[in-house]
Amino acid sequence: MTFEPKILGFLCNWCSYAGADLAGVSRIQYPPNMRVIRVMCSGRVDPVFIFKALLTGIDGVFVLGCHPGDCHYLEGNYEAEKKFMMVQKFLNNVDFDKRVRLDWVSASEGKRFAEVVTEFIESIREQGPSPLSGENMDQELFNNLKAMENSVSSDRIRALVGRQRKITEVENEYGEKVPIDEFNDIFDKAIHDEFVRQRILLSLSSKVLSVKDLAAELKLDPSEILENMLMLKSRGEIDYQSIDGNTPLYMRI
Amino acid sequence: MSEKESEDVRIGVFVCSCGTNIGGLIDVKALAEYAKTLPNVVFTEDNLYTCSETGLTQIKNGIKNHNLNRVIVASCTPRTHEPLFRDCVEEEGVNQYLFDFVNIRDQDTWCHQKYPKEAFDKAKDLIRMGVARAARLEALENIIVDATPTALVIGGGVSGMTAALSLANQGFETHLVERENELGGRLKTLYKLFPIDLDAQTLLDNLKKNIKGNKNLKVHTSAQVKNIEGFIGNYEVVLEENGINIDLTIGVIVVAVGASLLTPTGYFGYDGKIRITQHELESKLQNNEVKAKDIVMIQCVGSRNDERTYCSSVCCMTALKNALIIKENNPESNVTILFRDLYTPGTYYEDYYRRARETGVIFIEYSPEKIPIVKEHQIKVHNEYLGEEILIPYDLCVLSTPLVSNNDNKALAQMIKVPLGEYGFFLEAHVKLRPMDFATDGIFVCGSAKWPVDITESISQGYAAAARASRIISHDTIEVEGATSFLPDYNKNLCTGCEVCIKICPYNAISKNEDDEIEITQVLCKGCGLCGATCTNHAIIIRHYTDQQILSEIYAYGGKEV
Repeated sequence: MTFEPKILGFLCNWCSYAGADLAGVSRIQYPPNMRVIRVMCSGRVDPVFIFKALLTGIDGVFVLGCHPGDCHYLEGNYEAEKKFMMVQKFLNNVDFDKRVRLDWVSASEGKRFAEVVTEFIESIREQGPSPLSGENMDQELFNNLKAMENSVSSDRIRALVGRQRKITEVENEYGEKVPIDEFNDIFDKAIHDEFVRQRILLSLSSKVLSVKDLAAELKLDPSEILENMLMLKSRGEIDYQSIDGNTPLYMRI
Repeated sequence: MSEKESEDVRIGVFVCSCGTNIGGLIDVKALAEYAKTLPNVVFTEDNLYTCSETGLTQIKNGIKNHNLNRVIVASCTPRTHEPLFRDCVEEEGVNQYLFDFVNIRDQDTWCHQKYPKEAFDKAKDLIRMGVARAARLEALENIIVDATPTALVIGGGVSGMTAALSLANQGFETHLVERENELGGRLKTLYKLFPIDLDAQTLLDNLKKNIKGNKNLKVHTSAQVKNIEGFIGNYEVVLEENGINIDLTIGVIVVAVGASLLTPTGYFGYDGKIRITQHELESKLQNNEVKAKDIVMIQCVGSRNDERTYCSSVCCMTALKNALIIKENNPESNVTILFRDLYTPGTYYEDYYRRARETGVIFIEYSPEKIPIVKEHQIKVHNEYLGEEILIPYDLCVLSTPLVSNNDNKALAQMIKVPLGEYGFFLEAHVKLRPMDFATDGIFVCGSAKWPVDITESISQGYAAAARASRIISHDTIEVEGATSFLPDYNKNLCTGCEVCIKICPYNAISKNEDDEIEITQVLCKGCGLCGATCTNHAIIIRHYTDQQILSEIYAYGGKEV
């Protein structure tokens, strides 16, 4: 049996959902693999939703909004783009970034809707089933994506992405405009750190581990693990559970 | 919350066959049976047309007999039919926000016509997702806002003048904005109007006279719209008239900006002298300057081609009209019309075509594969009937060019947040069901701004747009959607005061009050949901599109909760 991808689409009400309706009215045919969730604006798509969808084993997630400049809500699609780029930065680390896509379809582009959807479905078909679908789910990948979901749910990452346009395109609280490269360096580091922390928390939520154990499990440098664990400890999220010989064991609080 | 809504969730699912539009491809009875197996669903039914009187009665009976407190219709699209079903459930005492729509026609059966099994599976998934969401829907109340009983009509052509006059005659203060220094638009440059050969200037003078005598109608010439902000019933408009800014508070807006003429540079040796456009011919006729004896007109110049696939719809009649005028002025002249298809619908227009034939106008069909070749004094055209090429001498060649969209449509469209179609014309909410409305409430469209139309149609549309607009401003208040962003008391402890939401809101609907707490002004909120998707601590709730509602749909499709 050939693989039929399971695709979820988030469509904004005003442009892309109308474009999808127009494809129907014009009887333009495209493969029946996508299910649609209607949202008022592509900016409503919380990054958490995308990770949740991927975690259920859905093979691909498509977010469609109004063309830049055409957003019914003035600039929701620009914010959607920033959120989406962040999601891709995370997913890039586990080679999953091509399972999500953001594109623009206007209310008059029924044909374009069918084209972009067909193209996305075919690209997912080529990539094959998600390792998170079916019986033998890749638990390691699942944990990584779960940690990413928790990261995009965290206040630090959300504040950064929520302020990105303001501080890189207008100015920050101190009247300075931050160059986009500088912002990206900060953002990339934050994404990496938050991911490592969330991954540590996830591992410690089911068992007690040492820094060495964690470094081995997460395939990261022990010094980096230690640095982040100290941060988590100071935040009161983890603590020592016991000492195994000379090695402290940590647990989640 | 009424008694009905405080009870357990009782969902009714109505699956529409839509004649054969849905039922012709997938088994709606089986879908209704499937829906019965889903959690919280207590009643399901399939209907031939759920939107018919019978269908609506079936929904009402379902609510009554089975004590439903959530209703789902699986049918066409919420974009056209949600208001109807919302009203229907409200009438039976179920809050309209407890209704949910599942799109199994426009985005399912119509798009997967060769895949009935897959389309059926898709419909099942979508209904399952809808049921999951419906169980989490909450009753909401619409917000009531005051409506300013004033109208703004943008564009002083025949359609805009008609709309403005109609609104002003109904007693509404109406502002008509024209960028040129006098009213009239395209009508100013026309000579006679088909099909009754009325003098265009007579019509224009009449309209102007009526406008001048109307105390409710304020005309702004040499004026442009600089900025529009606000929402239905309460737009803040800035006009610039002769360099001076004017601030207006407006209830409804009618877009009647018309269209532009295509200059056929590069087509058939156009030179503006002996090879001219119909429009240029018109002013020559008006000034009695046409001395030519052999006149050849070429139809569909620059339209119905790869670049512009559309039919401009006015050119056939324009050519017939001008051909008849030439023949009447000079019966000895030879007028030949080279056409691809002649479009003369209706009794009057077809009569016009017959008259042209009777007076001796010659019609020769050409195919787009063998287009006429215009030489210096002759036109070579392949005659389909003779099956050979013929040469026609001319001393005046007239090109029928299409109306094209205005270059500055985009700027206006972005200002009022409405879409443009593929060719830059304004795009209505629905071509059949809401032809004068935009999807954005309170803004309407008429005339050639939407699509090339003739004078008769421009006038009809002007009246139609005015009628739609007056529906809103004839009331003191308007109801706006209650699906807004919201910071509930029980989430106030989650708010960290980071103010990201304040800065991200495109409508300045979020602020901090004197207690340093986040406050959302419901009436300013448009419900886009940006703040909810951004809120750093998940404190803000987007009503009707809550995280829980959306996640329930994701889980229902994904098959598990994660």
